[in-house]
Amino acid sequence: MSVLDPSRLDAVELPTTDEEIWRYSRIGDLDLARFTPSTHDVEVDGDAGALVDASGAAPLFDDRPDVFATLNAELGAGIAVTVPPGSVVDEPIVITHSIPGGGALTAPRLVIDAGADSEVTVVERFRSAGGGAALTLPVLHVRVGQAARVRYLAVNELNDEVWSIGHQQAESGRDSDLLLATVALGGDYARVRTEARSVGRGASTRQVALYFADGDQMHDFRVIQSHVAPHTNSDLLFKGAVQDHAASVYTGLIEIGEEARGTAAYQTNRTLTLSDGAWAESVPNLDIRTNDVKCSHASTVGPIDEDQRFYLESRGVMPEVAERLVVLGFFDEVISQLPSKGFADELRRRVADKLDIGTGDAR
Amino acid sequence: MSTLEIRDLTASVAGKQILHGIDMTVASGEVHAVMGPNGAGKSTLSAVLMGRPGFEVLGGTVTLDGEDVLAMPAWRRAVAGLHLVMQYPTEVPGVMLDDMLGEALTTRGRDADGLSGTLLAEAERIGLAEPLLHRALNVDLSGGEKKRNETLQLAVLRPKFAILDELDSGLDIDALRACSRRVEDLSNEAGDAPLGVIAITHYSRLLEELRPDRVHILVKGRIVESGGPELADVLERDGYAAFASPDELTPERDDAGPREQPGSLDDLFAI
Repeated sequence: MSVLDPSRLDAVELPTTDEEIWRYSRIGDLDLARFTPSTHDVEVDGDAGALVDASGAAPLFDDRPDVFATLNAELGAGIAVTVPPGSVVDEPIVITHSIPGGGALTAPRLVIDAGADSEVTVVERFRSAGGGAALTLPVLHVRVGQAARVRYLAVNELNDEVWSIGHQQAESGRDSDLLLATVALGGDYARVRTEARSVGRGASTRQVALYFADGDQMHDFRVIQSHVAPHTNSDLLFKGAVQDHAASVYTGLIEIGEEARGTAAYQTNRTLTLSDGAWAESVPNLDIRTNDVKCSHASTVGPIDEDQRFYLESRGVMPEVAERLVVLGFFDEVISQLPSKGFADELRRRVADKLDIGTGDAR
Repeated sequence: MSTLEIRDLTASVAGKQILHGIDMTVASGEVHAVMGPNGAGKSTLSAVLMGRPGFEVLGGTVTLDGEDVLAMPAWRRAVAGLHLVMQYPTEVPGVMLDDMLGEALTTRGRDADGLSGTLLAEAERIGLAEPLLHRALNVDLSGGEKKRNETLQLAVLRPKFAILDELDSGLDIDALRACSRRVEDLSNEAGDAPLGVIAITHYSRLLEELRPDRVHILVKGRIVESGGPELADVLERDGYAAFASPDELTPERDDAGPREQPGSLDDLFAI
């Protein structure tokens, strides 16, 4: 792809929903010319200042899967988290992006480079700093060194005027352990494309996500679990809910190369449709080029389980309380796996606040 | 003293009539056994009494101390004093037993402050391991643990009437004894309103610990015989053949609920 001129956003050619990777997306609604490149405030918390360089970080990988990743490479300043070999960072490093409104185009980039046998937890929060339309194009690059342990959590708390089109890429080395977690509550249209590649023998990757869209929000996930080394593992659990007129899309691909014998890869996607006007799509795929593998995928889209609701109601729990308990319980499987335990209670509360059960169809 | 009155109750599932007129009056402290072969409508009766979605009442009345039970949604029936011990308790991932019971007590306007103490005492009494109190509802519980859990909830919530839907299916003899004893004790408690019980079952081993005052034989959606506890002994000796023609006992699957596990004790009376 040729180098873009960020000063001529009106000349940038956008993809269309005719391309499979953009199918179901709202890309057709995007008008880049409405946005102006802008900087944004970043706050870094955590007792690991020496490991964090907020003055700039070059991308780790050369892949630019789409025009938005290219724009990020052109515009983004970047934050680098570099963990030396053998170093264990006890406390999570929390990076908070304050995304301006008023037509701003921002391109946050985070580069995590974990050396051999190192350990780190990074939480990246995306918040709105002002009202009005905004477009943010976050990019995450993660390199997990040999036997390193990396836990990452992205939290989308943007307001419902912001478009976010993100790209995450991770490469896991031999015997390493990676957790990529996402919590998406915010945004107008929020898309994340994730490619997690197991490149070293014995690498293990786990991906979890909790998403909850209401109003006219849309959450769109494109996930590739790629295995190109033997005896690698990946496991994915994405659970979401859509309410009002909101929408969500999960499209996942497990890709296992010829060289990845002895690999196990799983993906599970479950989405609750909480309103008649809400819409969700789930498309799990497999592309397997060797016989010696264990793979499975499961996906469901549907309303709250009637038997579960009846069980609670038969004990005398009111319908709206029963539904609330069932939805929170549904998400608990993901919340319990998030890398930042202290965040769990706040998250349960935020999900509960977002639920508008009880305002409509109490029987 | 409370009374649960079922009058000429008829009901259907998926357009097919299952109950053809059930009459039964249960008072506080009484234990009524409803016994019948597979397909008799036993699970339908329990589902209709509790208001499970998918079951249609065609006619008749159910009243609890004069109040129209059938007009209430399920949660109001529970608050009014009905409790269903399910044959297959539903797994509810992520919802903890104590949280659910806390909400259930709150709906009843009762104080949930002493709940953890009550739970511990009941768990010990029923033989449920303490860590299971903090598990998600019925998730990863054995058949016996599920039924102990169901019985524990009954003891904590203190309804006026309990409907036991095949309490004896899927559990070992120790768990059966613990659960049926607990229900028997609740039905014998001093005070003005000990628990009234409708125990739905298709064999009599449940009734060794839980002594029925009345036994009703349900065949093809009708009560074909009612009597004292001796009726269960007749059934034990002669089987359902004493109460119904072979034609009526053909194992047509028209009852609600999943099939029994093959090879379980339940097959003994599957005829």
